[in-house]
Amino acid sequence: MDRNEVRSKLKEFICKTLLNNANYALADDEKLITGGMIDSFSLAQVGVFAEDVFGVYIPDNDLTVANMDTLDQMVSRIMAG
Amino acid sequence: MSYRDYQSLIQPVAERARLDPDRLTLIFIPEDGEPQRVTAAAFYDSSAAFAHALSGIGVGPDDLVILVLNHSRALLSAFWGAMLVGAVPSIFPFLTEKLDPQLYMQRVRALVEHEGVKAVITFPDFKESLSALLSGLACRVLSIDEVSAVDVAFDFHSELGTQNSELSSDRIAFLQHSSGTTGLQKGVALSHRSVLNQIDSYSRAINLNDNDVVVSWLPLYHDMGLIAGFVMPITAGAPLVLMSPFHWVRSPKILFQAIHDYRGTLCWLPNFAYNHCANAIRQRDLESLDLSSWRMAINCSEPVRHHSHRLFAEKFAPYGFQESALAVSYAMAEATFAVTQTPLGAPPRIDWISMAAYQADHVAVLAQPDSPGAMPVVSCGPPIGGAEVAIVDSAGLRLPERRHGEVIIRSDSMLSGYYKRPDLDAEARLDGWHRTGDMGYMADGELYISGRQKDLIITGGKNVYPQDLEAIASAAPGIYAGRAVAFGVEDERLGTESIVMVCELARDASPDQQKAILAELRRRIVQQTEVTLADARLVAKRWVIKTSSGKIARADNRAKYLREFRAQP
Repeated sequence: MDRNEVRSKLKEFICKTLLNNANYALADDEKLITGGMIDSFSLAQVGVFAEDVFGVYIPDNDLTVANMDTLDQMVSRIMAG
Repeated sequence: MSYRDYQSLIQPVAERARLDPDRLTLIFIPEDGEPQRVTAAAFYDSSAAFAHALSGIGVGPDDLVILVLNHSRALLSAFWGAMLVGAVPSIFPFLTEKLDPQLYMQRVRALVEHEGVKAVITFPDFKESLSALLSGLACRVLSIDEVSAVDVAFDFHSELGTQNSELSSDRIAFLQHSSGTTGLQKGVALSHRSVLNQIDSYSRAINLNDNDVVVSWLPLYHDMGLIAGFVMPITAGAPLVLMSPFHWVRSPKILFQAIHDYRGTLCWLPNFAYNHCANAIRQRDLESLDLSSWRMAINCSEPVRHHSHRLFAEKFAPYGFQESALAVSYAMAEATFAVTQTPLGAPPRIDWISMAAYQADHVAVLAQPDSPGAMPVVSCGPPIGGAEVAIVDSAGLRLPERRHGEVIIRSDSMLSGYYKRPDLDAEARLDGWHRTGDMGYMADGELYISGRQKDLIITGGKNVYPQDLEAIASAAPGIYAGRAVAFGVEDERLGTESIVMVCELARDASPDQQKAILAELRRRIVQQTEVTLADARLVAKRWVIKTSSGKIARADNRAKYLREFRAQP
């Protein structure tokens, strides 16, 4: 799995589905939850997305604000498998 | 025996602890570690320990006690312990990682000051900062580590029991706070009488019985979680399986696992939760589950969407969920909780009406299901025992069936008043009835809710006042003060309203500057209100529509936003 590919697919999902704005210029280190961009409910959906698209199962206990607040953090967690 | 025969909420609980001490009362599922099983006697004893500690710092009948505790066993015992000494407990939402801690503290102080709170119960870690915050006020701070088990709990109680039985059942049992505009919370004061009447009527409406197990992840500072997910099961002796809302949000499957593990039968959920469960539970987490024990999944606290019920029933039918378990209740803190309930054993009625006739003539005219322009409205059921519902026009005159108007209610479980807020009391009364601010109609004796009178937004079961968000935006850098608008937009995927803001720029800004302005706006909104905006847009001057009297026209701005930013290409 290629890191850039994971990043671009995840970014598209976040902007289009979670932010309702496909054109949003999301930065890699932008704080998504503590920055008020997406809510904690969306994290569970990121978990489902990671499994459906990349086949990576992220246990619910890892789906926390501390672990998954930025695109970078999410990509790293998915790459860790 | 009817619950109406008791004089206080503590009597049935004390009685059970004495007569059936080993009866399972609570299973608390912590985020980490093993579930904690609590018997009737153990629950009573831990409550008595809090009562003893409160009494020790001078708290007595009618004193207000605020609980600043997270979702825990201690929270439940502290609440009941305060009632044991005749005091009036109220649960304050706990600080989350989203909120600005300083602002949170200011709100605690404002509440303590305004309501004359006698004591705050909190965690050891919080005690020092709360004590500093409340210095100068006649309010004591009690940490849960200062509460120790009382050996003579029952003797201690028999004394209190005698005292309490002499007190009137009309005295306040607890307050349920809800947010109001201007940030100051409004406290709905409920008497023991009202809550006992509610438990009596509502347990009949849902046929609460010895085989029932209530499963809940709901927060306890909100009426649905407080009454259906705590006070009613504890008082009525139905085992309660409780988990934390934060845990559930992250991992919605825990609700289903608990229903499977403990043969859960009753569960109350706001509408968005049906979608969250359907969208965010992975197939692999469902495979071994049996949901056939689940006899009622009761939708309340935000408008019910037909689509959400369909989604939920289809996704979970393979695991034993029965469509007949879908149910709806129209409920509000001011009526303790439930006002209506759909009948047992069948899904709620769906009233297909013509959207055009409803909007133009305010009449719910029947239409062919799924025909163009037909809108499904889900029934909330008939009023429960002791409650009445009527529909009135703007002049307060009664309207016939199928005519759209404001919902007014009266019942024998109404609030005693808004605590120290006579202004709100006057506003909500209409000839002995309570004005709800909700709009809807009656058909064949059942209530259908179609919207709200005011611009209040209900998102994820939470009430949000747009003017609060607009005030925050007006103070944010780069935004033209007084020219920001907030409104709700129906989000079918989430099964709730999502919140959108459109703000005029104070001056020209580059794309980078605009991004920074929006980021700051979102940060402020989440830190001050815990609300996450689904979309925020900056626009040029004179975009925002105002009424001729200079007020923000939210519905017109919503329509303009949908046209300009959401129209399908």
